[in-house]
Amino acid sequence: MSASPMSDFLPVTLTVNGTAVSRMVAPRTTLADFVRTDLQLTGTHTGCEMGACGACLVLMNGEPVHSCLVFAIQADGAAIETVEGLTERGAIEDLQRAFHERNALQCGFCTPGMLVTGHAILEKGGLPDREHIRDALSGNYCRCTGYEAIVDAIERALREREGCA
Amino acid sequence: MEEARAAFLAVDGDASYISGGQSLVPALAMRLQAPAVLVDLSGIADLRGVELQGETLRIGALTRHADALTHPLIARHAPLLNAAAPFVAHPAIRNRGTLGGSVSLADPASEFPAMMLAMGAQMEIFGEDGFRRVPADDYFIDLYQTALEPGDILTALYVPSVGPHHRWAFDELARRRGDYAMVGAGILAHMDGALVESARIALFSVGSTPVRAPGAEAALAGRLLDAKTIADAQRALDDDLDPPDDEHIPAAMRRHLARVLLGRLLQRLGETP
Repeated sequence: MSASPMSDFLPVTLTVNGTAVSRMVAPRTTLADFVRTDLQLTGTHTGCEMGACGACLVLMNGEPVHSCLVFAIQADGAAIETVEGLTERGAIEDLQRAFHERNALQCGFCTPGMLVTGHAILEKGGLPDREHIRDALSGNYCRCTGYEAIVDAIERALREREGCA
Repeated sequence: MEEARAAFLAVDGDASYISGGQSLVPALAMRLQAPAVLVDLSGIADLRGVELQGETLRIGALTRHADALTHPLIARHAPLLNAAAPFVAHPAIRNRGTLGGSVSLADPASEFPAMMLAMGAQMEIFGEDGFRRVPADDYFIDLYQTALEPGDILTALYVPSVGPHHRWAFDELARRRGDYAMVGAGILAHMDGALVESARIALFSVGSTPVRAPGAEAALAGRLLDAKTIADAQRALDDDLDPPDDEHIPAAMRRHLARVLLGRLLQRLGETP
């Protein structure tokens, strides 16, 4: 019996949160499903699964990407970092504290993606104004907060890092 | 590339090329497409890189949207791409989406394909008979239909470098930042002071392909860019367009928005030194 092209499993080797990972994956398994199901890293959320909501953002070679729009095998050789990785190495401790203190989340579903975008904004450095923060967040949906508190929290973390809190 | 073509053709067209996948994967997720095979082009080195070749900028098809924002050669030689990039989707999409992918898909509502028209770019295509180049004016045929034949690979975009007498402007009208534009346009003009020697105007979200505006272009050519010339170009634009009548945006509204947008862009062209 011949397997259809879709059902053949392919090898993928990548690093996830600093750890080398090798697995066999179905070619159409998304990176989001791969980290959530194969690696049990369920901090990455799947919302719209079409690149609109931003809940599934991860860092791929240091840049935010929608893990629902990347097939796991396309990440072969890449360095992936999820919200768990950012949390464990303390990279977003200040951002998480600012989110907590400012109540920048309600249900929390969008928060992992917000943190990944927030991290990218912080890594870029400088003191972007609120307009720029909003533009950078334009690919992240939150259905609860109205964004004000999220922008506040990111702005606060930026100011702290720039030493002008 | 031969290998990719062979893999594509082996399944009788039941295949799709993928690079960044930022339009294709949503289409798969929504079951709008279900090809048996995806052929990933992203490992092909010949499709990468941005380099100046004489007076022409060669932009490899795998160049990402984000590079259009940050690459110094693109900013210097193909500034319309640089100007359009902030309007394309959202930051995370721009980190993966490729210029070649966008131009291959030829979404009539997207920015980069229309800018190929405005810039007078050529598409380099690898197909049955090797490489060929197709001018943007001959490339866009109909809705999602381009000069690409099944199995063809868009390999690079060749953009004529702007010179000291070029001026350009880009903008779009959208309900929310990052949404599809209701109408958008880019202009590349060759000017001598306030005199327009020639202009290329391309609009998107106004029909089944990105479109040039030959009437408005003619209304500008050889004229001083003053209020009367701008008004004439806006009037001429009406005959250049045949926008669809849809329930969200009636044709008359698109025509109106296109006129307003053209006026703003020409005003801006006149203001830039």
